[in-house]
Amino acid sequence: MAEFTTFEHDVLVIGAGGAGLRAAIEASACGCRVGLVCKSLLGKAHTVMAEGGMAAALANVDERDGWRVHFADTMRGGQYLNNWRMAELHAKEAPDRVRELESWGAVFDRTKEGRILQRNFGGHQYPRLAHVGDRTGLEMIRTLQDHGIHQGIDVHMEVTVVTLLKDGQRIAGALGYDRERGRFRLYRAGAVILATGGIGKAFKVTSNSWEYTGDGHALAYDAGADLKDMEFVQFHPTGMVWPLSVRGILVTEGVRGEGGVLRNSEGRRFMFDDIPDLYKNQTADNEEEGWRYVIGDKNARRPPELLTRDHVARCIVREIKAGRGSPHGGVYLDIGWIKEKISNAEEHIKKKLPSMHHQFKQLAGVDITREPMEVGPTTHYVMGGIDVDGDTQMSTVPGLFAAGECAAGLHGANRLGGNSLSDLVVFGKRAGEYAAKFAKEHGQPTVDQGQADDAMRDSLAPFDRAAESGAENPYEIQHTLQDLMQNNVGIVRNEEEMAAALDGIAKLRGRAKHASAHGHREYNPGWHTCVDLNNLLTVAEGVARSALERTESRGAHFREDHPEKVSDWGQWNLILRKGTDGAMQIERRRIAERPAELTTIIEEMK
Amino acid sequence: MATATFKIWRGDASGGEYRDYTAEFDQGMVVLDVLHHIQAEQAGDLAIRWNCKAGKCGSCSAEINGKPRLMCMTRMSTLPVDEPITIQPMQTFPIIRDLVTDVSSNFKMKRSIKKFKPRPPDTEDGAWLMDQQDVERVQEFRKCIECFLCQDVCHVLREHHMHDEFIGPRHLVYAAALEMHPLDTEDRVADLKKLHGAGYCNITKCCTKVCPEHITITDNAIIPLKERIADEFYDPVTKLFRIFQPKKK
Ligand SMILES: Cc1cc2nc3c(=O)[nH]c(=O)nc-3n(C[C@H](O)[C@H](O)[C@H](O)COP(=O)(O)OP(=O)(O)OC[C@H]3O[C@@H](n4cnc5c(N)ncnc54)[C@H](O)[C@@H]3O)c2cc1C
Ligand code: SF4
Ligand code: SF4
Ligand code: FES
Repeated sequence: MAEFTTFEHDVLVIGAGGAGLRAAIEASACGCRVGLVCKSLLGKAHTVMAEGGMAAALANVDERDGWRVHFADTMRGGQYLNNWRMAELHAKEAPDRVRELESWGAVFDRTKEGRILQRNFGGHQYPRLAHVGDRTGLEMIRTLQDHGIHQGIDVHMEVTVVTLLKDGQRIAGALGYDRERGRFRLYRAGAVILATGGIGKAFKVTSNSWEYTGDGHALAYDAGADLKDMEFVQFHPTGMVWPLSVRGILVTEGVRGEGGVLRNSEGRRFMFDDIPDLYKNQTADNEEEGWRYVIGDKNARRPPELLTRDHVARCIVREIKAGRGSPHGGVYLDIGWIKEKISNAEEHIKKKLPSMHHQFKQLAGVDITREPMEVGPTTHYVMGGIDVDGDTQMSTVPGLFAAGECAAGLHGANRLGGNSLSDLVVFGKRAGEYAAKFAKEHGQPTVDQGQADDAMRDSLAPFDRAAESGAENPYEIQHTLQDLMQNNVGIVRNEEEMAAALDGIAKLRGRAKHASAHGHREYNPGWHTCVDLNNLLTVAEGVARSALERTESRGAHFREDHPEKVSDWGQWNLILRKGTDGAMQIERRRIAERPAELTTIIEEMK
Repeated sequence: MATATFKIWRGDASGGEYRDYTAEFDQGMVVLDVLHHIQAEQAGDLAIRWNCKAGKCGSCSAEINGKPRLMCMTRMSTLPVDEPITIQPMQTFPIIRDLVTDVSSNFKMKRSIKKFKPRPPDTEDGAWLMDQQDVERVQEFRKCIECFLCQDVCHVLREHHMHDEFIGPRHLVYAAALEMHPLDTEDRVADLKKLHGAGYCNITKCCTKVCPEHITITDNAIIPLKERIADEFYDPVTKLFRIFQPKKK
């Protein structure tokens, strides 16, 4: 059998984005020996790309804000499918987590009084996002990284975990390989935290990087954990559409928060044409009021461009389909227009949105202070993920925890912008704390060598197939899957297309068994792609199955064959589990009853 | 669609060579896009490090026609395509494979710099008050995406291989961000002189020229640090004065 090196940890954290780093710091502070594994170099995880900000009801800009409003906003945005306990904890604890970042060296933009400045974002009643220009994620990950490297955490960079190991029912560790040399590593650990991020690479147009192949989702699923809400994939309304090669790269919602408006080819601000009932009370009905909101008039309601992402994305699709799109198949997003309103507009835009300015200039040759951007929806975030307990973040497998984007619950059917960065630190901390507790209480598990051997054999199989006659190119399978998901399980869904997608996925699974890698194991991306394929196929199937099952439209999930929201569906989450025969099983689970106190808050804020 | 020839360095620590690949490209494409096509169609095992493809993570550093750059932010339309385009890994770091280098020395250097130590909070709810003006100075440094292109180009590291004696421009920027942080109370000046070799920098400004984040590394970070060192070590009057003054306001 292949050789491997063994590492011993009390808590193993898989993933070094905001959630993983925060979890590792906490577990280490609890006195555990912590291992932190990531596929890229430290500080390069997806979190680094986050732009707009992190939501926390600090009430620095509008004193009317508080955890109750943040809670109600999150639940409304998630169309009440959220794990209400998580939404409550998140709203209560986010401010402390922001201040904690500051105490570790983060430097947020300031208000006139010298406090942390907060900006407007879609679905948030008050300016709530602590930010640093449009590079908030960089600030967060660097702060956690620079703090974390002094905490005695064992960091394993550029290591891909391929399987979780179990000792009976409980978790026992993980097996991975280092990308540089292709050598296997076995991690024995009393508790494991998954913080692996999202699944965007299952789609063709996405703001996500190669890392987002749904590894954590698939690892947990294969280890017997439940996945939840997988039908809810967020398509961010504004990705770049031109040039083709940058299609999908994100244009932060911060542009709209700073006053950017959406127009169709006729110059019309089409977002005024369709304002959902749930938001009528909170939304401006004319341009003048919308602008007053942007500049901080507390009596004004927010402009319709700041409605939730699911809705804005669908309005954009509607305009494009009706032939009112821009030349390259998007719509126009204009921030330059604010020069009609303020004198130093150009400077203001460059200061508030420096990386957007740079990105468009560099990649598209567009000066956003003068010209409108062309934008269209892009696959951005997965609300669904590993089902966890709201307080401890433990999954249905004892000793296996999850936090951040790979965990489900906080966001329900649709995530509000800015609620992810705060999610990472609130629940990263909790996962770290409770994983440490679990590891201490349960001691080190025993590792079954046979599980490790199987995983190593499967991982190396692509090399043996290179010489076979039916050998397949893994990149080609990946591209086919991305097209399939984009076309059949995208923003607008129907039964026929999703059934076709499931068929297609089954066929691709067959082909993936022949995916082959050439050359040797050292830093070989062809091989890495073969390994990741299985994860992508699992999450793609999960999304398609859940989406087919939910015969209504809610949040990010829109069915043209069931365009209405069905109130009974509001009681149910969809759960996926690997059956004993290896097939994917789906089940409805009723949402736990909400305490009266939380219901009152929701009602009061309606 | 136009066509270009790429001379890509292929090999590992034991040696390698340039190999030619011909690929088609659209005007909007960046170098990284074309390399991905080559990877998918002609060279499945071509090693490239990348993540965001948007100039935000600092993973895809390499040397394009001899210039240290981010491959994801270099548009094909800015390169002459009548001649082959040369792509090689960063030369200052040990090779792992093809375009991927071992940049781990940077992570070690960083750990040798004393971490942030804030003054006690200013308000009862555990917050601090700072002026936007005061934070802007360090915000410039905190834009750093750790692409290590500045380390790659600095002759102290590139030609003189002083990785053990000199922390390089990236980490001087990091140290400056801490030293000039309005809340920080730690003193790193002695370390910068003795342990981190700030004196080896002779202000050639090559680092500033390659920084994709346009951080004015030399003028805004390194020179002020050098001044602090000079004050503390060579100017007894200033030094005495400092002893009786709190280091920062
Ligand atoms: C362009 C962009 C802008 C965004 N802007 C915002 C914003 O303004 N506000 C906001 O709140 N949210 C924003 N988001 C969303 C938010 O950034 C992400 O949801 C969040 O950063 C995810 O963090 P994480 O810690 O869960 O995972 P990540 O930061 O993605 O980290 C995942 C980690 O897991 C590791 N990993 C994955 N698989 C494996 C494996 N098999 N083995 C080992 N390691 C593995 C990866 O290497 C990585 O270290 C944005 C997202 C994008 C893409
Ligand atoms: S200015 Fe100093 S740090 Fe920068 S490249 Fe020149 S010698 Fe190196
Ligand atoms: S200072 Fe500039 S060049 Fe150096 S690592 Fe940071 S971003 Fe890169
Ligand atoms: S891939 Fe992130 S900077 Fe180039």
